[in-house]
Amino acid sequence: MKKEIVKKMAVLSAAILMASSLMACGSKEVDATETVTEGNTVEEVAAREGKNTAEEMKVLEGSISMAGSTSMEKLANAVAENFMARYPNVVVTAEFTGSSAGVEAVTAGGVDIGNSSRALKDSEKEAGAVENIVAIDGIAVVVDPANTVTNLTKQQLIDIYTGTIKNWNEIGGEDSAIIVVGREAGSGTRGAFEELLEVEDACTYANELDSTGAVMAKVASTPGAIGYVSLDVINDSVKAVALEDVEPTVENIKAGSYFLSRPFVMATKGEITQQSEVVQALFEYLVSDEGKEVIQAVGLITVD
Amino acid sequence: MEKTDTMQISKSSRKKSAAEMTAQVIFAVCASFTIVAVASIMIYMVINGTPALFKVGIKEILFGTVWEPTAAEPQYGIFYVILTSVVGTCMAVLIGVPIGLLTAIFLAEAAPKRLAAIVKPAIELLASIPSVIYGLLGIMILNPIMYKLEMLLFKDSQTHQFTGGANLISAVLVLAIMILPTVINMSETAIRAVHPSLKSSSLALGATHMQTIFYVILPAAKSGILAAVMLGVGRAIGEAMAITLVSGSSVNIPLPFNSVRFLTTALVSEMAYASDLHREVLFTIGLVLFAFIMMINVIMEKIIKNGGNKHA
Repeated sequence: MKKEIVKKMAVLSAAILMASSLMACGSKEVDATETVTEGNTVEEVAAREGKNTAEEMKVLEGSISMAGSTSMEKLANAVAENFMARYPNVVVTAEFTGSSAGVEAVTAGGVDIGNSSRALKDSEKEAGAVENIVAIDGIAVVVDPANTVTNLTKQQLIDIYTGTIKNWNEIGGEDSAIIVVGREAGSGTRGAFEELLEVEDACTYANELDSTGAVMAKVASTPGAIGYVSLDVINDSVKAVALEDVEPTVENIKAGSYFLSRPFVMATKGEITQQSEVVQALFEYLVSDEGKEVIQAVGLITVD
Repeated sequence: MEKTDTMQISKSSRKKSAAEMTAQVIFAVCASFTIVAVASIMIYMVINGTPALFKVGIKEILFGTVWEPTAAEPQYGIFYVILTSVVGTCMAVLIGVPIGLLTAIFLAEAAPKRLAAIVKPAIELLASIPSVIYGLLGIMILNPIMYKLEMLLFKDSQTHQFTGGANLISAVLVLAIMILPTVINMSETAIRAVHPSLKSSSLALGATHMQTIFYVILPAAKSGILAAVMLGVGRAIGEAMAITLVSGSSVNIPLPFNSVRFLTTALVSEMAYASDLHREVLFTIGLVLFAFIMMINVIMEKIIKNGGNKHA
C-alpha cells in the first residue's frame, strides 16, 4: 500500500515536472497544405496577387496558426477575429506561449507566424525568422493608487529600479519603502523596459512575477509598490505615472515623446512574399485601414 | 461417460488458461505504461538537462550565486535557488510535521468520536484543495501581515530591500499547511497499525495513556511516521503553484524576509520566455529537482523496508 503511494508520488511529481517543462513548447499544429513554398520569385507572387485580388475576398481559404508573446494576446485575438470575419473560409488560431517559444515555433515550421513582443535576436534571425513589425506598444510605469508621486524622471526611474532610491520620500512622496516589482528574466516587457532604460541586469527586484496580471494585482494591493506593464492593460486599480512630464498616452508615444515603447513583431519563416496566400493576405490586412483600426482598438500604435 | 467428462474438464481448463493468459497480458501492458512513462521522463530530463551542465560548467551552475540568464554575459548560478528549496522545505517540515503528528495522535488515540468526525473530513478537504487556492489565500492574508511585520522590523534598516510581504516565511507557512494532510493521514494509519497488544500490555504495566503513546506506540509506528515525513518533504519540494504566488520569486539568499525563488518556481516563472542556453539551464534545474525527488523516494523505500523487517 505504502509502496504504491510512493510510486504514485514519484510518477506524479515527474509528470508535473514534465508538464511544466512542456508548457512553453505549446502544441504545434502543422497544416500539410500550409507548407511554405520556397523560391517563389517576386514576379510570380505579384502575378498571382494581381490575378487574385478581385476574387480573393470570396475564395481565400486556408488556415493560419500563430504562437508567441502573451503581451500580444489582445492584438492577436482581435486580428484573428476580424480577419476571419472578413474571410469566412479562413481559420486563424493563436496560442500564447511566450515570445521566444513563438519565434522558435515559427523557425521550426510548427506555426505560420511567431508573435514576439520584442525585436528579434540575431540568433533567431539566423535561424530564418524575419522581423515584421506590425504595431508599437507602450510600457506604463504604475504605482499603487494611494501614492502621491505623479511624475518620475528617467534618472529617478533608473535609480528606483537599481536600488539607489529606496524610499518614496526621496523623490517627493510619502515616507514609505519602495517595493520594486518586475517581470521574470526573458519576459518581453522586462527586456523592453530594461533595454529602454539601459539598466539590463542591473535591476534589484523585490518581486519577479511571471505575468502582466500578477504585476497589476501586486502593485494594486501593495502600498509603496512600483511596477511596469503594457500600456493597454492600465485600469483604475493602479495609477500610471508620467515620465519626464509626459503622460503615457497613445498620442505621446506616436509623437515619440514618451520613451518607454517597444515593437510588436509577427515573425515569419522567410520573407512575407514567400508565405502562403492566406498569410500574405493577413499582412496586407494589417496595413489596410481596417487592420489599423483593429490595432488601435486594442490600445496599440500603428506603424507608418 | 468418464472419457467425455475428462475431455470436458480438459477443454474448459484449456479455455480457462486462454482467458488467464489474456488477462495476464492485459495486466502486463497496463503495468508497462507506468514503466514507459517513468523511463521516458527520466531519459527526457537527462537528455535535456545535462548539456547545459557541461556548457556552463557543473560548478558554475550548482554553486554559482548569480542568476542573470538574459545579461550580455549571462550567469546561471542556481546555488541560492537550491538552497531556498532545501531551507524552505526543511522549515515547512519543521512546522508541519509536529502539528501533523500530534493531530494524527489525537485522531487515532485521544479524540472523542464526535470531534474526530469533524476533524477527519476537514483534513480530507484540506488535501483536496487545489494548490493555487493556497497561493491566493497566501497573497490575500499572509502577505499583508508579513508586510506589516517587515515594516516594523526593518524600519531603520538601510540595506533591507522591502518585498511587500512576499518572502520566505510566507512560502514556508503555505507549504507547512499544504503538507499537513499528507503527514496526518499517513501517520494516523501508521499509529492505528500498531498491534493493540502493545498498547494493552503497556497500560497493564501501569503506564498512563500519554506514556503509552510516547514510549510505546510512537516508537512502534516509527517507520510509518518517517515515511509520512518523507512524503511531506516530497510534496513540499515539488510544490510550485502556491509558492510562486507568495514568495516574490527573486533569486536571493533564503533569509526569512527575503524574496526567494524555489527550484519549482524557477522553472515555472521563466520557461515561457526562455530561449537558447537559458532554456537548457531551466531543464537542468528540472533535473536537479528530479534528482532531489528521486533521492527522497529512495530514502523512503529504505525506511519502509527497514521498518518492515524490524516488526516482521
